[in-house]
Amino acid sequence: MDKTMKNKTAILLFLLPACILFIGIIIVPILMSGYYSLLDWDGITASKFVGFDNYIQIFTKKSIAFPDSAKNAFILAGLSVFIQLPISLGLALVLAKGIKGEKLFTAVFFIPVIISTTVIGQLWLKIYNPNYGIVNMALKAVGLESLSHTWLGDEKTALFAVFIPILWQYVGYHMLLMYTGIKSQPTDLREAAMIDGANEWQIARYITIPLLKPVLQVCAIFAVTGSLKAFDLIYILTNGGPAHASEVPATIMIKQLFLRNNYGVGSAIAVFIVFICFFFAILIKKVFRTEVD
Amino acid sequence: MNGLRSARHPKSRKKITAGGIIISVILVLWSLIQVFPLYWMLTFSLKENAEIFGKNVIGLPIKWLWSNYTTALQSGNMFKYLLNSGIVTAATIAITVVAATAATYALTRMVWRGRKTVNSLFMLGITIPINAVILPVFLILSKMHITNYWALIIPYSAFALSMAVLISSSFMQGIPKELEEAACLDGCNIYSIFWHVILPLMRPALATLSIFIFLQSWNELMYAVIFISDSRYRTITVGIQNLSGSFTTDWGPIGAALVVATFPVLIIYAFFSSKIQESLVAGAIKG
Repeated sequence: MDKTMKNKTAILLFLLPACILFIGIIIVPILMSGYYSLLDWDGITASKFVGFDNYIQIFTKKSIAFPDSAKNAFILAGLSVFIQLPISLGLALVLAKGIKGEKLFTAVFFIPVIISTTVIGQLWLKIYNPNYGIVNMALKAVGLESLSHTWLGDEKTALFAVFIPILWQYVGYHMLLMYTGIKSQPTDLREAAMIDGANEWQIARYITIPLLKPVLQVCAIFAVTGSLKAFDLIYILTNGGPAHASEVPATIMIKQLFLRNNYGVGSAIAVFIVFICFFFAILIKKVFRTEVD
Repeated sequence: MNGLRSARHPKSRKKITAGGIIISVILVLWSLIQVFPLYWMLTFSLKENAEIFGKNVIGLPIKWLWSNYTTALQSGNMFKYLLNSGIVTAATIAITVVAATAATYALTRMVWRGRKTVNSLFMLGITIPINAVILPVFLILSKMHITNYWALIIPYSAFALSMAVLISSSFMQGIPKELEEAACLDGCNIYSIFWHVILPLMRPALATLSIFIFLQSWNELMYAVIFISDSRYRTITVGIQNLSGSFTTDWGPIGAALVVATFPVLIIYAFFSSKIQESLVAGAIKG
């Protein structure tokens, strides 16, 4: 048995396909991105090594609009954590109590999660349509026509209008994570508290939610890193416009890379996205750890 | 549990129902918020503009315009795009499942130096955002003249790999070693142990994996937009983007295309909803 399990050729063969894919498409490209970010390069003419110049550029050059995009990503992350996650938590707490139709509600809330972001984006483009979309139609129907708006075309509302579909699509996902987490908790503590006369709110506040911390941590990491690397919905709904009002780092990166052939600047943004995601993942873990202590 | 509760607290029963009503109302309202846009999409896919734009905004269609679907499928080329997405997704599932389970077997069962390190390297892959490598992957693939389906299959497989290794290793650890030992005594070699003993036992995990990979590659947009320039290989997500660009004023066919793209996913969801939920949770919690 031991000899079979130490078969070097077999180990190599088993690992080979995965390693080729992983090294070729993830490890090497990450290093390449890092290297490209130090170049002044358009992909055609010879590249020039410029050190950290691209990083200085993305933070100082107004026309790239990168600092604004980072600010927008942070706003999206904040909205996700402080609006989306509480809604998900509320729904999960209610559903996990074992109400009638629990399975059906869970299934319904989860439907938008599995639908393609492209479909969701196109659908919300129609919902927001200034003339015939249901948002403005509904406002008109209740006599609030003065509030109707070019939601995605106005600098003031674009970012928030982009956030609503994100919220709508992913509430169900976080809800399911939390719901599963609550369901896997032992019920004896909650029952004991109930016998001692604690009400639902107290049980949630002092027993269920503290026990749910590991899941909440995962949700927070997903919500924050998801916002920092967000692309699909924003690309479809506004592509960062109007006047960079809803720009995020990923939309700027794609424009710099594939519209302007600015490979150096684009790669610097790519590296920034990787680092900021890692940073926040670690930070959130730290925050939750000190909370537990 | 409910019976127990009311037996112990006969008085609390009424209170629970009162709160229960409010809770039910909230849940039903939220369900409406989640479902209404989809209902609207379904109905406007069967309407003509006059109805969508004012005559009949939220009702069922007065005139059921099935021709929207033929328009979307024919002039929108939806069949071709669905087929392309199917090919890309199926190949991605096949490659990822084989590569991931084989690697997982070597990582969790076989004995060699450095396997911990290799394992944590794979796990690192989960946290890497795929948009961070889009340029190098693009350059590598175009240098190798890969412009057809493989331009998507290869990166999709690589990006699904880490999560697939994670899911299958947590499952493989639960398989008792005695089965392999018995097979070993019977004279099986390592390859047939993997193929005839481990893989069949992995079946539930393989379903979870396949669903996870299916959703990821069926719905991917960024790589699909940038890597595929030849319309023959275009996938459904990009197809929809293009269609909505060419049918800006005619909403019916766009709605039809959206429904057509969503349909395969919803069918699979109808049959495997708990499995799908499980696979997406598995991907998150263990990560």
